[in-house]
Amino acid sequence: MEEAIAALASSGGDAKVLAGGQSLVPMLNFRVVDAPLFVDINGIEGLDGIEETEDGGLRIGALARHFVLETSAAVKDRFPVLHDAMKHVAHLAIRNRGTIGGSLSHADPAAELPMMAVLLEAKIIAAGAAGERMIPAGDFFTAPLTTVLAPDEIVVAVEFPGLSPGTGWGFEEFAQRRGDFAVAGVAALVPADGGAPEDVRIGLMGLHDTPVRARSAEAAFLDGGIEAAVKAVRQDTDPMNDLHGSADYRRHLAGVLTRRVLTAAVERVGR
Amino acid sequence: MTQKVSITVTVNGAAETAEVEPRLLLADFLRENLDLTGTHVGCEHGICGACTVLMNGDSVRSCLTFAVQADGARIETVESLGSIDALGPLQEAFRENHALQCGFCTPGMLMTATDMLRKYPLETDDDIRDGLSGNICRCTGYQNIVAAVRSAADKRDGK
Repeated sequence: MEEAIAALASSGGDAKVLAGGQSLVPMLNFRVVDAPLFVDINGIEGLDGIEETEDGGLRIGALARHFVLETSAAVKDRFPVLHDAMKHVAHLAIRNRGTIGGSLSHADPAAELPMMAVLLEAKIIAAGAAGERMIPAGDFFTAPLTTVLAPDEIVVAVEFPGLSPGTGWGFEEFAQRRGDFAVAGVAALVPADGGAPEDVRIGLMGLHDTPVRARSAEAAFLDGGIEAAVKAVRQDTDPMNDLHGSADYRRHLAGVLTRRVLTAAVERVGR
Repeated sequence: MTQKVSITVTVNGAAETAEVEPRLLLADFLRENLDLTGTHVGCEHGICGACTVLMNGDSVRSCLTFAVQADGARIETVESLGSIDALGPLQEAFRENHALQCGFCTPGMLMTATDMLRKYPLETDDDIRDGLSGNICRCTGYQNIVAAVRSAADKRDGK
């Protein structure tokens, strides 16, 4: 790791980190990205583990592959919403190579793992020349494909704090084909009785420049239930037009998916 | 001029040593250096699935993997599954079900299906469709490919 950080620091900010390569290599093949130096971190030992933490959460190493997350019993047990979302991540051959650290660093606003990190209030641990720091996922993503990482920093792990017992959950995304990036996706967490009511969480992907929490919809749900949340999401979402869907279509979709995930989450509370 | 790197890759059981540029893709290494042209290159950005091979048993896009990353690894290509005179069981299932027309996507379909059959129960045909969703075919309409993988899965399960 020291060697990798030193190599990144020596390149004057132009080097690229190569993990699973499932986003970086297509961009290289298209010649839309070039760099004088690529630092392949796949050989660094001890970066691919999934450890259970004492607060009921998980610490996942940056090089943990998507397929490992998809099939991890610990992920399924502690974060069923993440387990469910992993089924929508690309295709098996991509999941065999792609890594959680790579997905977060790539920061695609329509990707599942960045949104899961925001929804689950993950802490992203990055190592650089100045040492390690912990970045809340909510502060990590700044724009499409852009994060707060310095050029000499590498994501080394992601910590997901435990959820209160019995938290209900829902995840839905709409994509043109299974495994494609989502046109829009929504996830929700609803705490069980005795959990903190302010811990209702709604996460959105593919609808803004970064994955976000739908704060106004969370508040609306507490005041007025599911339909109030649907209305708030539609009011406060300002998606983009592209060839996969117009802004109006995405706004409509955001409401439909919010209704579905909140309904699922409420049904699953306490289970 | 980038310095070449010496790599040794076990391809279909045989150790292959070569000096390659770090930027050489695994797909090009297999096709150009080893003349294993069964691995097809379609989109070159990980969408079409034609270049899928197994690396240490896991399906990977050989167009998104550098040859130097396969140093020390075990690679299996479509050539490992059988020959024209002795088709492997999955190839036989494709033949029986008429699961190919032009055949361009077939190597990727076969390697993806090989990994799926090892990793997933594939209880329903929807599971098979999900598993094949990363491999694009422009001829068959997929129905017969799904039927071929169903037949292979049933044989695997002793049905």
